[in-house]
Amino acid sequence: MKKIKVGRFLVYVFMIIASFLSLFPFYWMFVMATRSSAAYNSIPPTMTPGTQLVENFQKVLNEIPFFGAMLNTLIVCLVVTLVVLLISSLAGFAFAKFKFPGKNFLFVAILLTMVIPPQLGLIPQYFLVAEFGLLDTLLGAMVIFFLNPLGIFLMRQYISQSVSDELVEAAKLDGCSNFRIFCNIVLPIVLPAFATLGIIVFTATWGEFLWQFTVLRDPDMYTIQVALSSMNTTSNVDFGMLLSGVFWATIPLVIVFLMFNKLFISSITEGSVK
Amino acid sequence: MGFKRGRKYRSEETKDKISAYLYISPFFIIFAIIGLYPAVFSIFLAFQDWNGLGEMEFVGLQNFSVVLQDPVFWKSLYNTIIMGIMGTAPQIIVGIILAFILNQAFLKFRNAFRAMIFLPYITSMVAVALVFGVFFSNNDTALANYTLQLFGMDSVNWKTSEWGAKIAISIMVFWRWIGYNTIIYLAGLQSIPRTFYEAARIDGANVFQQLRYITIPLLKPFIILTVFFSTVGALQLFTEPTVFLGSSAFSRTEAMTVVMYLYRDAFTLQSFGTGSATAVILLAIIVIASVVNTYLTSGVKKRKKGRRI
Repeated sequence: MKKIKVGRFLVYVFMIIASFLSLFPFYWMFVMATRSSAAYNSIPPTMTPGTQLVENFQKVLNEIPFFGAMLNTLIVCLVVTLVVLLISSLAGFAFAKFKFPGKNFLFVAILLTMVIPPQLGLIPQYFLVAEFGLLDTLLGAMVIFFLNPLGIFLMRQYISQSVSDELVEAAKLDGCSNFRIFCNIVLPIVLPAFATLGIIVFTATWGEFLWQFTVLRDPDMYTIQVALSSMNTTSNVDFGMLLSGVFWATIPLVIVFLMFNKLFISSITEGSVK
Repeated sequence: MGFKRGRKYRSEETKDKISAYLYISPFFIIFAIIGLYPAVFSIFLAFQDWNGLGEMEFVGLQNFSVVLQDPVFWKSLYNTIIMGIMGTAPQIIVGIILAFILNQAFLKFRNAFRAMIFLPYITSMVAVALVFGVFFSNNDTALANYTLQLFGMDSVNWKTSEWGAKIAISIMVFWRWIGYNTIIYLAGLQSIPRTFYEAARIDGANVFQQLRYITIPLLKPFIILTVFFSTVGALQLFTEPTVFLGSSAFSRTEAMTVVMYLYRDAFTLQSFGTGSATAVILLAIIVIASVVNTYLTSGVKKRKKGRRI
């Protein structure tokens, strides 16, 4: 019995250390966001919040168009998420409930596109977007993310499990067109799957960097990731300002996560394990 | 009547086919333009000499030989592999331990622990690289160096030394992804029936024997999945080193990765031919790594089966 107690105590110690290491960078980021750069050079290091919260954020606003970049990111993420949900549920419906020549071949082809590393097409994609005049536009920043093979896979799984063939047949006998079946029957049923896929797509798009770093050169068009990274390109960067920017850009997502953390976590297992 | 109904039925079938093709067409149209065409064009471009403005000139395999003879390319491949291993391999072990603990019935505050360990995953790679960039800055007063000094060690030039940069980047990759892998292992553990453990306990197996003979074997498909994701992800490493190194990202080689090498060739040196050749080489490396992965994991299965028979 004593042995079990010691074991359990050690388990708790281990979990507390792990949680501390997970959370510490967030706390430290907050501390730095409230301190002047001088605090950074103090020995021992400052570990408590200071009074520069507002000043540091004002410096951020002078350095980058913070709110514009957040808005740009929000627009990019929302549009990408909606487009992916629409494309995926339509295609998932077709693959789950219709018979047509080439169905299996086309489905496997979609899954195979997942294997292509996104960097393979990077250079031609850049010139393609330039050709259409979409450099430094939000449409250019989002267009390559409309392709989401995982979304089609997930929606096919979900629709074939939760929309019964009888329901589709009955609606057809009542004279429903296929598109009305999709809108009035399939869409309401797949809303939970939309939440899962929506979270996966939204968070992935939020954190995207390489593509936007490549096509966005005008600071007014920056997404928040590009804007934040642009603060770090001078050698004598003000750490208080830098981490203030990171802090305010991170906090909205942390709040959303804390509200829906179970949904977030289940979206990971559904997106990868199923 | 019968004839009429038959015809109607057939036209219904045709309608369904048309609907189905219509519904899958958005993906394929977008894929053709922004996925397939660029991929094919990249392969074409790999055989051309092009600065992005003038005429293209066919140069055969010259781009490939330029890249493959460039020591910086090999350095970046080496860096990518080393940081990939250092950043992802420890995640397997730590992730399994964390998931094993999170799956214990006696653990209180389980959801809180799970949420805390998962939280780093929702921060963006740029944010992680910037925070750790300050943590691992070159100054003696940087938190990482201060901690080293507390333990009587020397300061490290995290951004400019060969191993300093790699270790710092591996740590940030580990920190951000450990929660993701833990959640996948946890899903795997929850799929193992509790009765297996009860039976093992009755037979007198201790915790480590349970781990060794029940958990690890049944968790194997999930481990294979995360190894596959980690391998492909690690070979594409770009954001963390680029943002971490900031202004010196493309001028130093301590932490340059293959994708950074590709980006530098194309977008800072305007050598789109060699950039595309690098992209094709990267594709080949990823395909080879995936095949080796699949071969190793299926080979393990076969060997085990053979032994059992």
